[in-house]
Amino acid sequence: MAEEVVLLNFWPSIFGMRTMIALEEKGVKYEYREEDVINNKSLMLLEMNPIHKKIPVLIHNGKPVCESIIQVQYIDEVWSDKNPFLPTDPYQRAQALFWADFIEKKLCVCGRRAWTTKGEELEATNKEFLELLKILQSELGDKPYFGGAKFGFVDIIMIGFYCWFPAYDKFGNFSIESECCKLMAWGKRCMERESVAKSLPDPEKVVGYVLQLK
Amino acid sequence: MANEVILLDFWPSMFGMRTRIALREKGVEFEYREEDLRNKSPLLLQMNPIHKKIPVLIHNGKPVCESSIQVQYIDEVWSHKNPILPSDPYQRAQARFWVDFIDKKMYDAQRKVWATKGEEQEASKKEFIELLKTLESELGDKPYFGGDDFGYVDIGLIGFYTWFGAYEKFGNFSIESECPKLIGWAKRCLQRESVAKSLPESEKVTEFVSELRKKFVVE
Repeated sequence: MAEEVVLLNFWPSIFGMRTMIALEEKGVKYEYREEDVINNKSLMLLEMNPIHKKIPVLIHNGKPVCESIIQVQYIDEVWSDKNPFLPTDPYQRAQALFWADFIEKKLCVCGRRAWTTKGEELEATNKEFLELLKILQSELGDKPYFGGAKFGFVDIIMIGFYCWFPAYDKFGNFSIESECCKLMAWGKRCMERESVAKSLPDPEKVVGYVLQLK
Repeated sequence: MANEVILLDFWPSMFGMRTRIALREKGVEFEYREEDLRNKSPLLLQMNPIHKKIPVLIHNGKPVCESSIQVQYIDEVWSHKNPILPSDPYQRAQARFWVDFIDKKMYDAQRKVWATKGEEQEASKKEFIELLKTLESELGDKPYFGGDDFGYVDIGLIGFYTWFGAYEKFGNFSIESECPKLIGWAKRCLQRESVAKSLPESEKVTEFVSELRKKFVVE
C-alpha cells in the first residue's frame, strides 16, 4: 500500500524537529506543510488535532498522530526495520522515556517561560534553565549519545534545543557553551547526522524569529 | 531469577493507583511501602533524585519513575498476560495520546476544583467538567477506552474516580448528572479485582482532601 505521510508543522518548533528527524532517520518520504500557527491555523490542523489544535501533527494514510514524543515512538514502531530509536530492553526503554518526559515537563516548560517573563522572574527562569541543562549533561556523562554508543530516542527529543541555544544565550545573557560544554559537543556531534542537519533550522533564523516576537 | 518488586507510594495518589492496578493485572507480587510526603524516606530520595515524587517502582533494586512509564514497563516485562497496551502501533499512539491528555490537563484542573473558592472555583469547575465531557465523548459507547478490553487509558484515568466525591462536595456539583457514561465506565472498572484492590474508599479520599483544602482555602 502506498504510504502517505504528511507533517503539519511550524518551522521554529523544537517539537516538530523531533518528528522530522525521526522520519528522516527511517528514510520515510513525507510532505511537509507549514502552518501559520500565530494567525491562521489551517482547517486540516483543527480537524486533525481538535483537542490541542497544535503542531506538529503527523498524518499517516489520513490518520492523525499528535504529540511529538508519541509521534517519534509511533514512527519507531511502524518503520521498525531500520535505525531503531528505543532500546529493546524494557528497563533501558523506561529510562529513555523518563528522560524524554523530563525534557518535556521541565526543560520545555522552563524554556517557554524565558520568553514570557522579565526582571527577577526571568533571572530565576534563566538560572533554572541552566541547572536543567546541567542535569541533562550529567546524564549524558561521557557517552557520545544519551542512549550510549548510538543516536537514539532521547537525542531526538533533545536536539531541537540546540538550534535555540544561541537565542537563549542572547536573551538570557549567558553562554551555554561555557556552562555546558559537553552538551554543546553532543549537539555538534548530532548535527553531523544528515537527519538532524536537514531538520534543524539555522540558529540565526531562530534568533530572528524571537526578536520579532519580543 | 526472583523478582523483587517494591512500590513507594502514597495511598490517595491517583498516579500510584495506576501502578498498583498494572501490577495486579499482571499478577505480580509486590511490596507496598507508604511514604509520608512531609518526611520522604531516604530510599525515595535515592531512587527518584530528580523529581523526589511517588510512585516509584523498584524492580530488582532498579527504579522506574513516572506512573505512565511504570505501566508501560510493567506491560513489557510481564507480557505474558492481560496486555495493557494494544499491539497495533496506531492504537498504541491513540492510547498514549489520551493518557498524555489526562496527565497534561486533569491534574491541574481537578486541583483547582477543590483548592479554590468563589469565582475562581466556578471557572475551574466549568473547565473540569469540559475535560470530563471530552473524555466521556472519547469513551463513547465502548465498555472501555480501548474498546472491549480494559487497558492503558482506563488504568490512566480510573484513580481520579476516587477523588470525584471530593470534587462534588467542594465544587458543589454532580459528576453523575454531567457525565453519566463516565460514571458507568468507572463502576465497570471497579468490578475488576485489580482495580477494587488498588483504589482506596472514596470517603477516605474526601476526608483527606477536606484536610488538604484547609491549607489553601479560608472558608
